[in-house]
Amino acid sequence: MIDHPLVQLTLARMREFYREPEAIFWVFGFPLVLAFALGIAFRNRGPGELKVGVLRAPGDSAIASALDRAPGLAAAVLDSSEARVELRTGRIALLVVPGTPLVYRYDSTRTESRLARLEADAALQRARGRADAAPVRDERITEPGARYIDFLIPGLLGMNLMGSGLWGIGFSVVQARTKKLLKRLMATPMRRGHYLLSFILSRLLFLFLEIAALVGFGWLMFGVGVRGSYVALALITVLGALSFAGLGMLVASRARTIEAVSGLMNLVMLPMWILSGTFFSYARFPDAMQPFVKALPLTALNDALRAVMIDGTGLMRLGAPLAIVAGWGAVSFVIALQIFRWR
Amino acid sequence: MAAIRCTSLVKRYVDVVAVAGLDLRVEAGECFGLLGPNGAGKTTTIEILEGLTVPDAGEVAVLGMRWGGGAGDRALRERLGIQLQDTQLADKLTVEETVRLFRSFYRQSHTVDEVLGLVELGEKRTAWVGKLSGGQKQRLAVACALVSRPELLFLDEPTTGLDPQSRRQLWEVIGRFRATGGTVLLTTHYMEEAERLCDHVAIMDHGKVIALGTPRELIASLGAQHVVEFALADGVGRGPTPEELAALPGVQAVRPGADRTALTVAAVHRAVPALLGLLERRGAELSLLATHNATLEDVFVSLTGRQLRDD
Ligand SMILES: Nc1ncnc2c1ncn2[C@@H]1O[C@H](COP(=O)(O)OP(=O)(O)OP(=O)(O)O)[C@@H](O)[C@H]1O
Ligand SMILES: [Mg+2]
Repeated sequence: MIDHPLVQLTLARMREFYREPEAIFWVFGFPLVLAFALGIAFRNRGPGELKVGVLRAPGDSAIASALDRAPGLAAAVLDSSEARVELRTGRIALLVVPGTPLVYRYDSTRTESRLARLEADAALQRARGRADAAPVRDERITEPGARYIDFLIPGLLGMNLMGSGLWGIGFSVVQARTKKLLKRLMATPMRRGHYLLSFILSRLLFLFLEIAALVGFGWLMFGVGVRGSYVALALITVLGALSFAGLGMLVASRARTIEAVSGLMNLVMLPMWILSGTFFSYARFPDAMQPFVKALPLTALNDALRAVMIDGTGLMRLGAPLAIVAGWGAVSFVIALQIFRWR
Repeated sequence: MAAIRCTSLVKRYVDVVAVAGLDLRVEAGECFGLLGPNGAGKTTTIEILEGLTVPDAGEVAVLGMRWGGGAGDRALRERLGIQLQDTQLADKLTVEETVRLFRSFYRQSHTVDEVLGLVELGEKRTAWVGKLSGGQKQRLAVACALVSRPELLFLDEPTTGLDPQSRRQLWEVIGRFRATGGTVLLTTHYMEEAERLCDHVAIMDHGKVIALGTPRELIASLGAQHVVEFALADGVGRGPTPEELAALPGVQAVRPGADRTALTVAAVHRAVPALLGLLERRGAELSLLATHNATLEDVFVSLTGRQLRDD
């Protein structure tokens, strides 16, 4: 069993991979670094406290303390020159000028300022004795999956499946070709199918580590959960890995040099990094581009991963994106087999 | 039965004819050497015989079988051991893992221990291939060729670039393989290697066989057993002409060269005193005088007028 050529070839693949520290970093470390950095940079702060200035004038302290008592506001008493600068630079959202009538000075095109005006007015009116006409109660919810990190993790997963599929396979195939190792293997009775299959098998074995690392990290660091079933998630990632393995095989099928295959690889991956909604929603691209964007394998894979992780969608309702992913893989694989340069 | 037979082999590339109508016959159990300078077509020929390159014309039979694709080819490959001129095995695998990988492709094979013993790489079994010396890498390549217990072993320049000691180690490996009845086809540009290892050699140049025979026969074809080389000090006296040299007793052939002149002679003890006498009469002064037994190197030079190796 251990001496079956498929086992030995797969072992060789895996050894070559895990003995290459750079490869380990790009496959396992880099996505985590990216998730961490972006997760921190774009964590949802919420509106927080709105800063409101009160112009130094008789009655300013009463107004400031009334504003401070309101939960979403922070007030500061300012001289007129200070106040002008702070208002212009947006450090305060609103300036209250004491007097009769009270004057609210603010930029009405800024959402934050309009919000501050409403809250400040409510607080001040209440302080002057206005009663609420109807009793109210707040119920706050934070929707899981609404944060940027919830959007990002499935995207990074998709991007990682693409990257390791293309690099992992493309690079080793072409390296074997340039070093004439492929030709040497052709001089043995080895079956070609075993050779290609060994790449796919070793990809699948590492795949589970890749997913576990990224999903586990998202969960531990940011509490990103998987709403749908883990089985569905696993099946989708396997399909994605197979599909990109096919694409990697195609990219590597003719290239004779590492430079050539690197160029091809970037040509294939770059559009998808940008277009496929890994870091931001592809809905931002113009309508005319949408059919093209949606036909890309990474777009379809990201959609399916987000549907399962964020919305908890079942596999049954993901037929369309999964068909796109599978189609790309199957077509690439068949073409790759036809045109593969075996020496 | 012949282990290898090929007739009228032709292989053209865009700008060169690499093999230009080549006939060979290698008997079972012998060691056959293909000799020739860079670009002579040795690798192209051996790779056609190995079924890795398709010839443009000609017939090939290896162990009585033809290359034709499919299962027949795989059956034939089971019986061959092949080392290619320019394969680099995976750097990040160990010696043992590499042998085990190659071993897994064959139905019958040596154990890892046996084959590492054959090439004396036992102590290196856990070393990464990338960390081996040139000679050790070459022996590993031969180990991968031997692991299938082949009947026929192809070696393409197995010792090029190796130091004399590593070269001798590989010769011993080949000797051990032959002792078990195996057939070897090897290419080399080292004439002494061919003289030492091969039962028959074919000297190739420009894609053709220009001489064929046992090393002894080829050397004998020079008609003389020794070579005398000499050079003259500049500006002293007048050097003899080739005609005068050819007339000396025992001299069979004269080859003037850029920095020295070579004489093929049947009897050194008669030719050298005669040469010295001639030079003395001319007032010429020697800057070099050397003699050696004729080698395949001299055969090549006399056939083509060129040195076999540039180095
Ligand atoms: N794939 C190829 N494409 C084009 N020309 C080639 C190819 N392979 C070999 N040649 C040419 O064919 C000729 C014979 O090459 P070959 O490699 O057979 O020589 P060789 O005798 O093995 O030389 P060396 O001693 O340098 O290994 C050379 O002129 C070489 O440039
Ligand atoms: Mg060669």
